[in-house]
Amino acid sequence: MIPILFVVSILIFFFTHLIPGDPARLVAGKDASLEEVNIIRAELGLDKPILEQYITYMSNLFQGDLGTSLKTGLPVMDMFVDRFMPSIYLTLFSMVWALIFGLLIGTFSAVFKNKWPDYLGMVTAVSGISLPGFWLGLILIQIFSVQLGWFPTGGAEGWKSYVLPSITLGAGIMSMLARFTRSSLLETLKADYIRTGRAKGLKETVVIPKHALRNSLIPVVTIAGLQFGFLLGGSVVVETVFSFPGMGRLLIDSISFRDYPVIQAELLLFSIEFILVNLFVDILYSFLNPKIRYVA
Amino acid sequence: MEVSREVSNSSIVIKENKYSPTKEFWNNWKRQKTAFWASIFILLLIIIAIIGPYITPYDPYEPNYNETLQGPSKEHFAGTDEYGRDIFSRLLVGARISLSVSFLSVLLGAIAGTILGLLSGYFGGWLDRLIMRSSDVMFAFPDLLLAIAIVAILGPGLTNVVIAVSVFSIPSFARLVRGSTLEGKETVFVEAAKSMGASHFRIMFKHIFPESLGSLIVFISMRIGTAILAASSLSFLGLGASPETPDWGAMLSLGRDYLGTSSHVVMMPGIAIFLTVLAFNLVGDGLRDVLDPKTKNE
Amino acid sequence: MEMLLQVEGLETEFKKEKQKIKILHGVNFHINKGEVLGLVGESGSGKSLTSLSIMKLFKGTTGEISGGNITFNGRDLTNKSESEMRKIRGKQIAMIFQEPMTSLNPVMKIGEQLMEPIRLHLGYKENQAKEHAISILQKVGIPRAEEIIYEFPHQLSGGMRQRIMIAMAISCKPQLLIADEPTTALDVTIQAQILDLMKQLQKRENMSMLLITHDLGVVAEMCDRVVVMYAGKVVEEADVFDLFESPRHPYTKGLIGSIPKLGQKRDKLDSIKGNVPDPSNLPKGCKFAPRCNDAMPICFEEEPPVMTLEKNRSCRCWLYKEERGDILV
Repeated sequence: MIPILFVVSILIFFFTHLIPGDPARLVAGKDASLEEVNIIRAELGLDKPILEQYITYMSNLFQGDLGTSLKTGLPVMDMFVDRFMPSIYLTLFSMVWALIFGLLIGTFSAVFKNKWPDYLGMVTAVSGISLPGFWLGLILIQIFSVQLGWFPTGGAEGWKSYVLPSITLGAGIMSMLARFTRSSLLETLKADYIRTGRAKGLKETVVIPKHALRNSLIPVVTIAGLQFGFLLGGSVVVETVFSFPGMGRLLIDSISFRDYPVIQAELLLFSIEFILVNLFVDILYSFLNPKIRYVA
Repeated sequence: MEVSREVSNSSIVIKENKYSPTKEFWNNWKRQKTAFWASIFILLLIIIAIIGPYITPYDPYEPNYNETLQGPSKEHFAGTDEYGRDIFSRLLVGARISLSVSFLSVLLGAIAGTILGLLSGYFGGWLDRLIMRSSDVMFAFPDLLLAIAIVAILGPGLTNVVIAVSVFSIPSFARLVRGSTLEGKETVFVEAAKSMGASHFRIMFKHIFPESLGSLIVFISMRIGTAILAASSLSFLGLGASPETPDWGAMLSLGRDYLGTSSHVVMMPGIAIFLTVLAFNLVGDGLRDVLDPKTKNE
Repeated sequence: MEMLLQVEGLETEFKKEKQKIKILHGVNFHINKGEVLGLVGESGSGKSLTSLSIMKLFKGTTGEISGGNITFNGRDLTNKSESEMRKIRGKQIAMIFQEPMTSLNPVMKIGEQLMEPIRLHLGYKENQAKEHAISILQKVGIPRAEEIIYEFPHQLSGGMRQRIMIAMAISCKPQLLIADEPTTALDVTIQAQILDLMKQLQKRENMSMLLITHDLGVVAEMCDRVVVMYAGKVVEEADVFDLFESPRHPYTKGLIGSIPKLGQKRDKLDSIKGNVPDPSNLPKGCKFAPRCNDAMPICFEEEPPVMTLEKNRSCRCWLYKEERGDILV
């Protein structure tokens, strides 16, 4: 994993510096004179040769120093701390409810194929993937925050402030999982071993969960795991609508500002998260699928 | 061909039913009731997109400070916004923007992705590894984040939105086409073509590519929905269309402040986006049931 | 001999896009206690569907019984509810299928799958069930039974998997074992082993067996009596020796005649011309007539009834119009 991260850090560094635009200018302001910009550039260490900048960056990294934001002057680490945990919680809550409802709806839709639970479930699911997230968020805020006052309109203080954002964020994922679970289960139900189970006299309420779902959920779980990896990168839309202090908004703002240290640090963090999640999903998959676990 | 024989007094009459793929498709399509109506809706939208600006009841750009923030009424089907502009007219013009942006970006992404996928699957080796690794890296980022990053670098505006959305579509298309190329490579008729000395490109485009057409069409139709959502999200965030243009996402963003008092400013464009994306998704589902042989179930 | 199962006038149909297609058009046969009945026919004759109908195993399909009776131990199965059938499946009537490679759940341990019917029907608790499972595995000739129960299906060969299927089927001492082409998907040598095993078990447990196959060699080896099916109906019924020695129905003759014989020098194999008819488009009269070398005009007009020829011998063919009746030899 270390060599990958090494390569990734190089890529991130050079990619970030390739973005057109001059952070020194942005810090100095539109009206600053050329001299002022140059002074600031020197202050920020941006006038040194690129290779030297890279070495400084890497050595700082190994000491645990993520650098200082060009925009705010604060250590990047501090900026992260405020946002990292809220993003993690948001991701967690969104995934949990998306998984629960997605799997339930998908399962019932498959079991009652072409009857009303199926239609209801799939109409919900296809609507869920067609809804603009920002629209859903705004509507939820209007109804549940402003009019009913049950939840705050934004921020990340207390568990209540996570409810609406996670519903918004989870809606799309839940719908996708519902559709995928349905097709996976329908496919599994065609298998011979399901017929064997029924021929043994087992009830449907045993056949479906014990025999069918155990097989059909394997691919679903891996997809859900990947989604989890994505969400860790934050969701700009949800964070904007709910004024949520998350990692997504931070990344976009720092890209706009060409705030190199923040961009680099966040991309690095994201890469690590993603690699870890993929690793975890691989392990999970091999655990769930005995064909991989025990190589014959 | 169905042949039924009737033995009559002096002659044998043979009836033939002509088979045509378009006719079969149309018959199957009519059976997909939801998708069928959704496709009618889309046809309607396309017509609106083309003639929209000419049939608007009001000027979509001209402010009218006497009639700001009015709710839906006989004169203004969808009400007016904070500048007094008729929302319905703006929605009509916005259809053109939404459809053209999404069609264009998905088309570009599909073309680029298809070429990459064909090359990658057909030639294999280092080219395949390079293309797949790059697309893996792109896959690692959530769709929108990638698009936003691209727009943040290139600057706001609809052209850059098209570029951003097409770029983030490329890996999925590449992967899809690569998959069917790998399958198609092993088929007998490709072997036959090779033995007849067909060039690589001829094999790729004339023999292998048509096999993936079915899943490609399904995928394109689903991606259009995604593209519309992405483009409107970008506009909502202020990274896409300028606030003046009647882009649905931008309209929503502007109306945000009036959500409590004049919710129609937010609801109308939202409904427009929702219904459009829904229609494309339903059509995609229907197309998949009809076209994609792999997912045909009883 | 005591009768265990009697199928009378069984009709089964499928629903396909609002249309009902009848596949079984009145199947009649019976199985006595302790005997092996062979059910022979080409693909499409309805033999598999007959076995599914006996078990009423229609879930996941659009099939249903539309007529007739299935009397098992004196009671009509066609009237029984799904929950009543569940008590019978795996316990009194058990079934093994053709494809051992896909008939076992890939993500469940062998032991777990084996113990399911044991716990369900016999009410054994965990340890008792496990012991029972091990003893059954040993009975079907699986080595290292105590280890196998913790393994997964993909770790075993096709022959082993079919033995496990058999073990699962006999675990609750069923009175009737239905085997649908149990050896078709196996290598020839393994086939012989499995058939031997089944024969042994059948004799030992005094189990009745309905053996469905298209392979007449298997019939000759395993069966006491044979029933031949064509286009959803029974066309001939006989003791196994009689069937091979003097087949009556032209279809049976064709089947037996098409078996290549060792030592015979032939240029071409005999085969039955034509194809099995489409169930939704059956010809008038005898369904086999279009392919029959001995067809007479009446065969195209009227369907022949079942004609009892001798004891345990019947045939559905106009050729035996003179012979029919109550001639009991």
